[in-house]
Formats: sequence, structure tokens, C-alpha cells
Amino acid sequence: MMAARFLRRSLPVLRQARCYADAPSGSAQMSFTFASPTQVYFKEASVKQVDVPTLTGAFGILPAHVPTLQVLRPGVVTVFNDDGSATKFFVSSGSITVNADSSVQLLAEEAFPLDQLDVAAAKANLEKAQSEMVSASDEAARAEVQINIDANEAIVKALE
Amino acid sequence: MFSRSALVFLPQCGQVRNMATLKDITIRLKSIKNIQKITKSMKMVAAAKYARAERQLKPARVYGNGAVALYEKAEIKAPEGVANKHLLIGVSSDRGLCGAVHSNVAKAIKAKIATLTGEGKEVMVVNVGDKLRNILQRTHGSYLLLSCKEVGRKPPTFTDASIVATELLNMGYEFDQGAVIYNRFRSVISYKTDEKPIFSIDTVANSENMGIYDDIDADVLRNYQEFALVNTIYFGLKESTTSEQSARMTAMDSASKNASEMIDKLTLTFNRTRQAVITKELIEIISGAAAL
Repeated sequence: MMAARFLRRSLPVLRQARCYADAPSGSAQMSFTFASPTQVYFKEASVKQVDVPTLTGAFGILPAHVPTLQVLRPGVVTVFNDDGSATKFFVSSGSITVNADSSVQLLAEEAFPLDQLDVAAAKANLEKAQSEMVSASDEAARAEVQINIDANEAIVKALE
Repeated sequence: MFSRSALVFLPQCGQVRNMATLKDITIRLKSIKNIQKITKSMKMVAAAKYARAERQLKPARVYGNGAVALYEKAEIKAPEGVANKHLLIGVSSDRGLCGAVHSNVAKAIKAKIATLTGEGKEVMVVNVGDKLRNILQRTHGSYLLLSCKEVGRKPPTFTDASIVATELLNMGYEFDQGAVIYNRFRSVISYKTDEKPIFSIDTVANSENMGIYDDIDADVLRNYQEFALVNTIYFGLKESTTSEQSARMTAMDSASKNASEMIDKLTLTFNRTRQAVITKELIEIISGAAAL
């Protein structure tokens, strides 16, 4: 009986120890929102790390990352969940915001889990885009074909 | 003598009934029944479109809230007191018969124009949707910068929002801040006119809290801002369609109910008139027979 009472008293202490501490350096949790216009993958979820490909390079975001704004490049986004598993998504473009309170908003114009992409179709599209590059006439058309090539190259690289 | 001449001039043209003849009532009854069929089917169509719009609204809401989160968290606002240029984007659609959806947005835009011009600031309006253009053209035609048609037939996509944003940026109007005015969907029977802020690149760059965001160069900020503009417009479009379809559903529903009420009343009148005509004929026959 004494042991039970002791245990009961110690249990709230344990729960308190497991709680997220009110550290003065800000929250140690990342509130991660990852969405495309048609689908939401993560909504204010707590994850350990997110790797994103941006125009200035790929970098990983952990909780309490310094606030920043970046624009995405076609590539793979890897999300490391709290339980250690990692999920990969392919994003076409978009933006990422890391705020001071450790909330991260990853907004992608198009985003799909890697297993929904077909590497054969990507290779075929890449070849078609490369042949179009030769026949592209003006600046705008050339830029569009270049974007096509970049995106398909990134898909093929991600799936291999 | 005067009263006799007054009697002579009293118009007595045939059946001086305030109630119509049987023929008139039948015609009216048929037309109202047709209208009721139309409004009922419009309600069904609006209900189906509303269900789809609401389904698509859920992810769009998370997406849109994520897009404006920066402005809220960093508390970005344009410098006060400076004569800055404003841009209002009113989001509505081309089609009517949806209650007060268009007039609510137009009212909000007109009120904002009034306050801003009162403070001496320059305002321009972009309207997405023909109905809005019709309302604003008459009184505020000089403020219209860009007008978008063919909105409302199909559910809006991200591509539509990006087309609007591209055209807007190509117009070259250097605004400092602005707002997207749309109807925010609350429930099937209620929506509210709301606005989401948009800022120009300079305003964001010069805002005080931006210093904490590191490693931002002009190119990245410009890309980011353009993307945020498209996202805000997309968010407004999605909410607006959902509100519009739900408003159309309720409007057509009440129209069908009104029509069925009118049908009931008219049917009663028809029966009464029919019985009155039969009674009159009987009386004529009987009095005619009695005269023989």
C-alpha cells in the first residue's frame, strides 16, 4: 500500500519530467505544415527534421532553426518523423517559411509521394523535353523547356 | 341629376372581376410549375457543386492559412502615414441567382475605396468575376484596373489564380499593400465577407520584423512574394466558390418553396373559380328553364 502511494506520487513527477519544458530559448517543437493546393500532407505536425531542396541549395530544418524564407526547386523533400521513419515527397516548386516560433510552412505547387511517380514516364518526358530544347525559338519557350528538363531530371534522379 | 350622370359614366366592361378567368389562372399555374421545376433542379446542381467545393476547400484552407502565416507571425504592415498605393482584389463570379454574394463583396470594396480616398491614398481594384464588374462599373469605373471573366463555371484551380496574378503583375501597377476581398465560407447557411492582406516586395523587405529572417536576397524575396500572391488569390477563390454555391443552394431552395406556396394558393383559387363558373351556368340554366 505504501509502495502504491509512493508510485502514485512519483508518477505525476514522471509525467512532468516528460513534458516539454518551457525553455526560455523558445519551443523545442516544430509545428510543420506541408501542403499543396489540393492536398495536405502535414498540418501543424511535430516532426524531427525536414530536408528541403531550395534555389540556394538543399538544407535540413530542425526545431529552433533560424527564421528564413526560401523558394523551392524541383526535388525531393524528406520528412523525418518523431518516431524515426522518413517519408519522401517530390515537389515541383513552392516556398518554405521558418518563423521565429519554430513553425515551418512548406507550400508546394505540386507535391507527390515518391511512390506515386513513374520513372519510365519521367525518362520519356525528359527525352521529349531535351529534343524540344533544340527547336525552341524564343526566350519564353526556351525557359519553359528548361523548366521541363529540370523537373524531369530531378524526378529521374529522385527515383533512381 | 348629378348622381344619374355619374352612374352613366361608370365603366362596366364585361366581366369586371378582379380575379382572372379560368384560362388566365391555368396559364399562370403552368408557368409557375415550370419555374419550380427549374429552381428545384438548380438547387440539386448547386448542392452537388457545393459538396465538391467544400471537399476541395479543406486542403485549400490549410494551404491558404500557411501562405498568410508569415504576414501574421512577422506582423508585417505598410508604413503608416506615407501616401501608399493600395490594391483591392475582389473575388466573386460571373453567375447570378446566388443571393447577396456579389453585392456583399461590392459593398466592402466601395466602403474601402471611400475610406482610402478619404485619407488621400491611391486605390485600384481588380475584380475576378463579371458580376462584380457590372456592379462597380457604374459608380467606381475609374478604379477598375483589371477584370476577369469566365469565373464560376468550373471549380477554380491553382492555374487560374496564377493567371490572375501574372496579369496583375504585368499591368505594372506598383502597389504597396492591398487586400483580397472574398466571402469566407462559415457554414451551409452563412458566409462572411472577409479580407486577406497582400504586400509588395518593398513593404515586406522594409518591415521591421524582417530582420530576424536570415539569408534573404532580393531574388528569393521576389519569388516568394509572387508565390504568396498567387496563394492568397487561390485561397480567396476557393472560399468564394464554396460560399457562392451554398448561397445559390439556399436561394433556389427558398425560391422553390415560394413557388410551391404560390401553386397551392393558385390551385385553391382555380378550384373556387371553377366552382363559381359551374354554379353560374347552373343558375343561368335554371333561371332560363324557369322563364320558359
